[in-house]
Amino acid sequence: MSAREEILGRVRSALASADRSETPVPRGYRSSVPSGDVVELFAERLVDYRAELTRCTPDTLPEALASALGPSEAVLVPDGFPWAVPGAVPDTGQSAAELDRLDAVVTLAALAIATTGTIVLDHGPGQGRRAVSLVPDRHVCVLRTDQIVPGVPQAVAALSPGHPQTWISGPSATSDIELNRVEGVHGPRTLHVLLVSS
Amino acid sequence: MSATFVGMPAFPKAAREALSDTQLRRNLAHATGTIRAKRAAVVGEVDDWEELRLAGAAIKDNVLRHLDEHLLRLEKSLTDRGATVHWARDAAEACEIVASIARQHAVDEVVKVKSMATQEIGLNEALAAQGITAWETDLAELIVQLGDDLPSHILVPAIHRNRAEIREIFRSRMAAAGRPAPDDLSDRPAELAGAARLHLREKFLRARMAVSGANFAVAESGTLVVVESEGNGRMCLTLPEVLVSVVGIEKIVPTWSDLDVFLQLLPRSSTGERMNPYTSTWSGSTEGQEAHVVLLDNGRTRALADEVGRQALRCIRCSACLNVCPVYERTGGHAYGSVYPGPIGAILNPLLRGTGVDEQTDSLPYASSLCGACFDACPVRIDIPEVLVHLRAKVVDAHRSSPKAEAVAMKSASWVLADARRLNWAERGMGLAGRVLNRVGRKVMPGGRRALGRLPWPGSLWSNARDVPAPPVESFRSWWRREGRR
Repeated sequence: MSAREEILGRVRSALASADRSETPVPRGYRSSVPSGDVVELFAERLVDYRAELTRCTPDTLPEALASALGPSEAVLVPDGFPWAVPGAVPDTGQSAAELDRLDAVVTLAALAIATTGTIVLDHGPGQGRRAVSLVPDRHVCVLRTDQIVPGVPQAVAALSPGHPQTWISGPSATSDIELNRVEGVHGPRTLHVLLVSS
Repeated sequence: MSATFVGMPAFPKAAREALSDTQLRRNLAHATGTIRAKRAAVVGEVDDWEELRLAGAAIKDNVLRHLDEHLLRLEKSLTDRGATVHWARDAAEACEIVASIARQHAVDEVVKVKSMATQEIGLNEALAAQGITAWETDLAELIVQLGDDLPSHILVPAIHRNRAEIREIFRSRMAAAGRPAPDDLSDRPAELAGAARLHLREKFLRARMAVSGANFAVAESGTLVVVESEGNGRMCLTLPEVLVSVVGIEKIVPTWSDLDVFLQLLPRSSTGERMNPYTSTWSGSTEGQEAHVVLLDNGRTRALADEVGRQALRCIRCSACLNVCPVYERTGGHAYGSVYPGPIGAILNPLLRGTGVDEQTDSLPYASSLCGACFDACPVRIDIPEVLVHLRAKVVDAHRSSPKAEAVAMKSASWVLADARRLNWAERGMGLAGRVLNRVGRKVMPGGRRALGRLPWPGSLWSNARDVPAPPVESFRSWWRREGRR
């Protein structure tokens, strides 16, 4: 018998005398939303994760972008990123080793979550493939205030599993040494979010 | 790298050794205390926490009751999205599947995302036997691997090590595994993490194959989810050409939208954060990567067949139960002799392996004071004390043919208690013994009664860790005869 048939058979015999009725799942949590301004809450929680935050308008964005990138010389810019970036390097499918030699990356995001201070990339236009927001040491993400949803349930409802996703809450971090939080392990050591009022 | 849990002594012996290690107890008390406080703070922020726990438990129960259908659905959605699905009855079969994929691609090293399932099956050792090196990339796993050590916590495997010990491991062992630690490495956590970053980056950039587990597998969409902090997971999941994910069959959630419960419960329960720094989701083969999924039984169907114990398969491996457990806090994880330590390990190991099979596993349901803190902390409401008591009964049943001293004592007690005259004689004897022993007992207990010293075997099994009060000089019944009629 194949492993597949044997495992399925074991499952069925394990459940032979089980009550197979469905337990109702309470879903009240889906309608609870945080009180107050979600944009302010997002900003507070993001900074709590030691991410950097700059608030700007569509007009002041180019300036904010230049300042967030600082002295970065080679900045990877994914296809579909709508603004001009100083030091821009287009994504030509660079290898991991080539990405490692770049200074920074700029991306858009699919949405952001206020209660957790999380940005979510679904790797659509302007967000790049999964590796580009991971390997360069500085990640600058441009987010519109109208992309912020209150909580995790609203985010999951708005996202599609058909796209791979990367949920990012602050820079790379570890708490493995005496449970001291240290920012910057394998992913970008700096996450800078430019929050554009809309 | 040869450390193994195989042949570990039963819990009481291992615990006694751990208890005498003051450094270990200091490291553990600090770590569990810190994480308990963090978790309590972020759980307190969520108004509907109890409802989320109920929802998490209900979703997982529904999956388990129809696991066969969900497995077939997961297999189909994964296959439709370009992944190859493999089924593994046990550890050896799962390891062989991973090794054969490595052979097909002619790789002699793989990078690994921290995964309980691959530790459970001993994947690293099995690959090593075939000349394939598996590099752990989670910082704590790296510390354990380089130190030729064993994990002692589900979430923070090196929780038993402090910074000075970690520095020493990096300085003495990193060079043999690749890029050496810097000569002037201090014991500051940021510097230690920096050394790991440089050491592992070389491995990430050249690796052609990665092995992961999955925190969740969505049956409806074939989506696998990996929750992590450091970015090592993202490195492994996205950079290599081939990705093999070893997934326990209990990891299924039915639909994409059900993740909204677990992505709230898991981070707050495990690291005590509102959200972990990185969560990756992918459905089948993405961005040109070859994707394999190994669906692992290895005892899970045995646990499923246990009506009381089945609920342990709801576990999302957050480790909240470890951090609140008074027993774990004092003995550490190694005493449990398994990659699954603490309260959840005390029930999961006997459920996966069966009772009456080996002494070490049978000792685990007793590694608890039944205080219930683990149930309160569990985000999917696993009633661990209930399962512990149930498993104790199964362990006793499994040893019926050779009665233990305790069983003999209980039997004679029942003979005495069944008859008033016998009890009367026994009480007189006890009163006499009490008068003598209350005089010779060396230690006075709260309330004024004396405690006896160590009892002879088999009573010593009880008295080694407890004070035995001297019998009272007068029984309740004789006191009642004297005083109660007034």
